[in-house]
Amino acid sequence: MILQHIADGILSGAIVSLGAIGLSFTMKMLRFANFSHSELLTWGAYGGLVFAAFFLSFGGFMDGIIGPFSFGPALMLAMLCACGATSLIALFLHRFVFERLSRKAGHMTMVFASFGVALVLRHLVVLIWGSDPIYYSNALQFAILLPGGVRVMPDQVFLLGLTAVVVIALHLFMTHSRTGVAMRGVAENPDLAGVCGVNVDRIVTWVWVIGASGAALAGVLYGMTVQLRPELGFSLILPLFAAAILGGAGSLYGAVLGGMIVGLSENLSVIVIPTTYKPAVPFLLILAILYFRPDGIFRERSR
Amino acid sequence: MSGIHALEAVDVVAGYAPDLPILHGVSAHVDASEVVSIIGPNGAGKSTLVKAIAGLVRVTSGAVRLNGRDITDVGAHKLAGAGVGFVPQTGNVFATLTIHENLIMGGAPLAKSAALERIEEIYEMYPVLKNKMRDKAGILSGGQRQILAVARALLARPRLMLLDEPTAGLSPKAAGELFDVVRGLAEDGAAVLLVEQNAKAALRMSDRGYVLAEGRNRLDGLAAELLANEEIGEIFLGLRRGAARPEGTA
Repeated sequence: MILQHIADGILSGAIVSLGAIGLSFTMKMLRFANFSHSELLTWGAYGGLVFAAFFLSFGGFMDGIIGPFSFGPALMLAMLCACGATSLIALFLHRFVFERLSRKAGHMTMVFASFGVALVLRHLVVLIWGSDPIYYSNALQFAILLPGGVRVMPDQVFLLGLTAVVVIALHLFMTHSRTGVAMRGVAENPDLAGVCGVNVDRIVTWVWVIGASGAALAGVLYGMTVQLRPELGFSLILPLFAAAILGGAGSLYGAVLGGMIVGLSENLSVIVIPTTYKPAVPFLLILAILYFRPDGIFRERSR
Repeated sequence: MSGIHALEAVDVVAGYAPDLPILHGVSAHVDASEVVSIIGPNGAGKSTLVKAIAGLVRVTSGAVRLNGRDITDVGAHKLAGAGVGFVPQTGNVFATLTIHENLIMGGAPLAKSAALERIEEIYEMYPVLKNKMRDKAGILSGGQRQILAVARALLARPRLMLLDEPTAGLSPKAAGELFDVVRGLAEDGAAVLLVEQNAKAALRMSDRGYVLAEGRNRLDGLAAELLANEEIGEIFLGLRRGAARPEGTA
């Protein structure tokens, strides 16, 4: 029973991790808590639905299913397109809302603006797709039995594998590419990065694209393993913030570990507390980390 | 000197808030192969002037020109590409990045292959950096940080180098070595603008100097003349003639 909870915790933690990476980056590099970030998960998930339908309309190869999974090439391609489309939404918000506000208004104004943007994004989803839950596929899946009596769906194994690939790719990008190093430099000291010759505006664009792509992937994976609904992102807002704060703003590894801790804590908590209290666990984690280690587990000294 | 200067600041009004200027019409120029010091008491606006030139502080009035080209509203990253190097007084290294990554940051204006070649040259100039290339810059001593900051600024071969109190916190030996590097830069043809608290030491290694006080030009001239000028003692800390001068002032 405990092993099953651990497996479920790791799987839900993987989704939180992917979503929290972008939130953590924007918190550190753009210096505000973006409450509309969770809605990018929703838009990524619904974007995946639209693009999957588009690719499925070609029929033939696109109509097929890959191995034991519930999806085929259409959803795989749709996932990539959803990343691109969600990035465009994020860049639109940056250009026409957050960048404009950052010139004249304080951080608190930007936080409140992000609340407003979140409401608009969420209700646009209801307006376009309705409020009923939607599934990418109605195909039946058979659980894989792992040692210890742990059961996981093939789609969940894909989710975990894809998360690992994305995290490793991001690690290599952040440590081995000039743009990745520049992103870390801008996060620490944007003025110094500027006088070094780094185009800070270009780096900020990268932050939005990476953050929105991670959110879109998390949204599609959530839709794939659970369901699509307009409150998808809203229901993850606390876990995302808990993971980002737990790991320390701007830390890739912190966001991933934070996501895993949140996922595991939520799923293991049901052993000792009623399931209805499960959503309160990320909130308690935020309180605990702010009290004991406000800069997060992976804080780095910048002085 | 007339004609086009490597750097020219004309009647610069600048500050951190639009209605609260720190500089009230400061002018200065630097020519190629020249080291020019900006000295003055605390709050004179020395650091604000170099930050305004480097594009970090908004210039509300006046002009900054690089080889005759107006760069008043040009962003900091474009200035680096145009050959301006800047070593800030504080926060002059990326503490969370490794030394090698700090140098990669300095190579941003160059193509990747050219930057990597230049980093190898920098490692030959400063073996201490090569020995610690995988260490985080945050663990370096004050002197090593200054070396890294200067090395990073040198990476893109600047034609104008701005240094904001580069010897702060350094031992006399380390400060002397750093001044040698600065002089070497000028001998290679670069224009150097140096802000220093240690006025005497700065003027000794400079060709010319400007004395600022309360955001305004007070004196300028050849470094040797300024060193002999007793008025500087009065400007520093507002001392009256005949009163004891603070250490480090002329």
